[in-house]
Amino acid sequence: MSSSTTTATTRPTRNTRRAHGGKLRRLTRRDGLVLGLMLGVPLIVDLAFIWGPAIASIFYSFTDAQGARPVKWVGGKNYHFMATVDYEFWPAIWHNVLWLLVFIVIATPLGMLFAVLLDRGIKGSRVYQSMFFLPVMLSLALIGIIWQLMYAPDNGLINNLIGKTGQGNQIDWLGDPNINLWAVLVEATWRQAGYVMVLYLAGLKAVNPSLREAASLDGANEWKMFWRVVFPTMRPINIVILVVTVIESLRAFDLVYITNGGTNGLELLSAMITQQILGAGNKIGYGSALGVVLLAISIGPIIYFLTVQFRKEKQ
Amino acid sequence: MNSKHNHPTDEHAPQLNRRSILKGIAGVAALAALPAALDACSSSPATGSTSSASPSSSSSSSSSASSSSSDSSASSAEATTAGSSAAGVAGGIPQATGTLTIGSNYSDPGVKKAFGSVADAFQSGSGATVKVNTIDHNTFQNNIQTYLQGTPDDVFSWFAGYRMKFFAAQGLASPIDDVWDKIGDNFSDAIKAASKAEDGHFYFVPIYNYPWVMNYRKSVWDEHGYKVPDTWDELMTLCEKMKSDGLVPISWTDKDGWPAMGTFDILNMRMNGYQFHVDLMAHKESWTDPKVVAVFEQWTKLTPYYQTGANGRTWEEAAQDLQNKKTGMMFIGAGQAGQQFSKENLPDLNFFAFPEINPDHGTDSMDAPIDGLMMSKSPKNKAAATAFLEFLGTAKAESIYLASDPTDVGTAKNYDESTYNALQKASADLIAKTKNIAQFLDRDTRPDFAYPIVQNALQSFITNQDPKAVCQQLETQAKSIFAS
Amino acid sequence: MTTSASDTRPSALREAPPGPARKKNRRTASYIFLTIAAIFWITPVAWTLYTSLRPVSDTDAHGYFSLAHTLTLENYQNAWVQGDIIHYFLNSVYITVPAVLVTLLLSSSAAFVLSRFSFKFNLTMLLLFTAGNLLPQQVFLAPLFKVYLWITLPDWLSSSGHLYDSILGLVVINVSFQMGFATFVLSNFMKAIPTEITEAALVDGASAWTQYWKLTLPLARPALAAMGTLLTIWIYNDFFWAVALISTGSKYPITTAILNLKGTYAVNNNLLAAGALIIAVPTLVVYAVLQKQFISGLTLGSTKA
Repeated sequence: MSSSTTTATTRPTRNTRRAHGGKLRRLTRRDGLVLGLMLGVPLIVDLAFIWGPAIASIFYSFTDAQGARPVKWVGGKNYHFMATVDYEFWPAIWHNVLWLLVFIVIATPLGMLFAVLLDRGIKGSRVYQSMFFLPVMLSLALIGIIWQLMYAPDNGLINNLIGKTGQGNQIDWLGDPNINLWAVLVEATWRQAGYVMVLYLAGLKAVNPSLREAASLDGANEWKMFWRVVFPTMRPINIVILVVTVIESLRAFDLVYITNGGTNGLELLSAMITQQILGAGNKIGYGSALGVVLLAISIGPIIYFLTVQFRKEKQ
Repeated sequence: MNSKHNHPTDEHAPQLNRRSILKGIAGVAALAALPAALDACSSSPATGSTSSASPSSSSSSSSSASSSSSDSSASSAEATTAGSSAAGVAGGIPQATGTLTIGSNYSDPGVKKAFGSVADAFQSGSGATVKVNTIDHNTFQNNIQTYLQGTPDDVFSWFAGYRMKFFAAQGLASPIDDVWDKIGDNFSDAIKAASKAEDGHFYFVPIYNYPWVMNYRKSVWDEHGYKVPDTWDELMTLCEKMKSDGLVPISWTDKDGWPAMGTFDILNMRMNGYQFHVDLMAHKESWTDPKVVAVFEQWTKLTPYYQTGANGRTWEEAAQDLQNKKTGMMFIGAGQAGQQFSKENLPDLNFFAFPEINPDHGTDSMDAPIDGLMMSKSPKNKAAATAFLEFLGTAKAESIYLASDPTDVGTAKNYDESTYNALQKASADLIAKTKNIAQFLDRDTRPDFAYPIVQNALQSFITNQDPKAVCQQLETQAKSIFAS
Repeated sequence: MTTSASDTRPSALREAPPGPARKKNRRTASYIFLTIAAIFWITPVAWTLYTSLRPVSDTDAHGYFSLAHTLTLENYQNAWVQGDIIHYFLNSVYITVPAVLVTLLLSSSAAFVLSRFSFKFNLTMLLLFTAGNLLPQQVFLAPLFKVYLWITLPDWLSSSGHLYDSILGLVVINVSFQMGFATFVLSNFMKAIPTEITEAALVDGASAWTQYWKLTLPLARPALAAMGTLLTIWIYNDFFWAVALISTGSKYPITTAILNLKGTYAVNNNLLAAGALIIAVPTLVVYAVLQKQFISGLTLGSTKA
């Protein structure tokens, strides 16, 4: 499914729609049953394992559910604890925000820049593209391990390159809470930029070439051409990338978990939830309350994305 | 989580739990008294009774003795039973059928092998099929609650202390009084007390324990002529000297979140005593008490002698630095340090108890966690689980384990100490002569307080070196957690 | 991405044309930038590869940051054996293969219904599917855990007796979670299939099932291939679900088993590096052979909508 296929596919939507009305009437009872199952089974699975639990966690967030003991309703106590007592909560929120900012300000633009440069058909662009894309194929857990080898205080490549391996002067990239979030963000950027690059390249390829030709004939320089001609045409993909960026930063988990479990400067909402629910205390109620906060934050971008996407459908 | 994860150490220690019980010790003295039961199989019933008499002599405590007096009085009778049942069985291993599953956190290579050999011995002796489910020790400890509510194995590895009781109170473990009817004789009163939950029933069978001590390499110390410090001032002088000799005095690590708890515990017990430790863990004392602040202040005096970058270093790496002579000493479980040493270097490992700080308390307390196994709430193969725990509660099973893990000490009082290497012997001696044995911070307090609250607070203390702030952080959260 | 050219208003068209020299400079600058970036990008993997090829004796003696005196594949062999890698690989296969197939089946059938027929709640349902996939996984972790414990299964399906701690459970959650995205993408694709084709079939009296199975799916093959590649990598790479829903170490898929391997390999970075690269092999194969499918799977989702 090259991008050309992709492009081709969007258009006919309208035809399909027109055809619909007629079809349903011709369905037999058996067809109805088959269609019901075809839609019903996936729907039930989705409700049972995704939406049901998501909604149930709202309920749990108002209880003190912990371990195997009986569940008691505690009202907003979990939320109160989170906001006023828990020393991890605000740092976690801040780290999530920082994560998002770095993605928006660095990782995503970097990926877009790669895409734009590679899209100009320079020599070896395939090779470059493959290199930038490599991290996207690797699991985040593996990325965490690979970078630990880079960041190790004594044996890591980085400290050795900059000569900071001795007691006293070595840089503890992943252990020093003042810098470890940045170190992990480098790992995350390493992957995210490649991801964005691929999305953006596909978008660029779909930009009508005649448009660019027209612009370049007219003498627009590349920078201006990009911002005034190409970028606006890419509105749909820009939205996708924005959403991917936001969602990926809210979902960030694996890297911090593999690095140190999400403590000591690497607190993130997702990691806190995991610690609370799966961890020693098994605090289902409190973990759910944190989950609800994450849900509330995520739902905004999700709704925005869906509205934009599906508005098109409606037209 | 602390030490536990790791592995092992020896067995004989006694312990006392938070209740002030005593320490008893099965340690050396007991062992000595009871020679041989370890050969388990062959052992004669008589040994059992002998041993039962001896433990109290070694230990101190009248109070402990009295608390468990009922156990001990019963012991001679039990001994006979145990002996006779053992006699009827191949190699002293109780018979069982079907499949027994064991959840194990013995994930590092050495201890995995050691634990595997115990499982193998049981499998071949009992007739049951044994399946060991090994999970990374940090993960296992972190996920223990979900594990136990889920579909736990028939028996699972765990530790003595508050958290064991916490599971028992929630009904997540099965009482195993029937097992203790058979194995009761093999253990001192202190160990028995540590194996019971608040409801008075037994839930735990110990394998080994190990003391938290300052570990060092003899060759390094000999080379520089260092002497074991008996007091804080001597420790400071020693550190200074090491520094001038180009060594980093103390290996320092807290990436795993638990090693720093050991240092907190020992400083707290040295300065404020064992009872204060117990009360603080139960939040009967406040974390903002000046006595706690003083502990953190004292701690900052060690910082100049620590390796930098503790929060980014695993304890295994820190122990390697000790082995590689980059550092002069390391405060961690003797068994843990030993396990990271190669076979050739192991004889060079030695340790000393943390020096005295407050003469009122001397060196009368320390952490010496006991590791062992528990039975899950509804084991699929209860008969085999029971048989396995009965087997485990013998000096023989302990000796099989320790054969591959020569750094911990056995907990059975009839363990044959003549098989100990010098390190094990020293561990057993130290445990025996220490009056109060604590389990370890994360085993002595609520799990949801230890993790992530204490873990995070100590990690941030390591970075910020701010005693008042860390105390405030702990107290604020403790208030809320202990009220729930 | 089909905004048409007419939407845009190329405005700034009146700059002076850049001279050829300037163009060339700019081209050189791009090369320099891309090359530096590429070096940075490839270094972590190259360093891992280098570390993995050196015997411990070499790194112990000379440090990791040194020229290798010997290179060997020994670490790979040891990592393979000590880590029992084949076992965890098979777990990953048992999870990934059924999960991908079932996801494709369920999402293509839902997409078929949603794209070829109109019901009142079409849009709502598509929204539901899509949004479900966008939620962070931790949001519904706690109740999911309870649901997994509550569902009991016969022994032949799950040795734990529950959906919790079973390979099947991982298949189920991966299917549930990935289905949303796949449905969204496939329904977009199917909408683009000209309706004349199915209409002709209807005239011939083809049943709904025939339309789906015999007509639509074959036409959607490129999309299915792309989706399948993408899902394979995503599910194979998933780390979180096994951490959350598996308590038996031996049931971990290989991606999560890294946690255990770190302990198994002790403090031996050479082994760890070798183990990490072994684990990456399947994804690297896909990277080499099916990169196009993978990328089109990714972009299908984005460009399309």
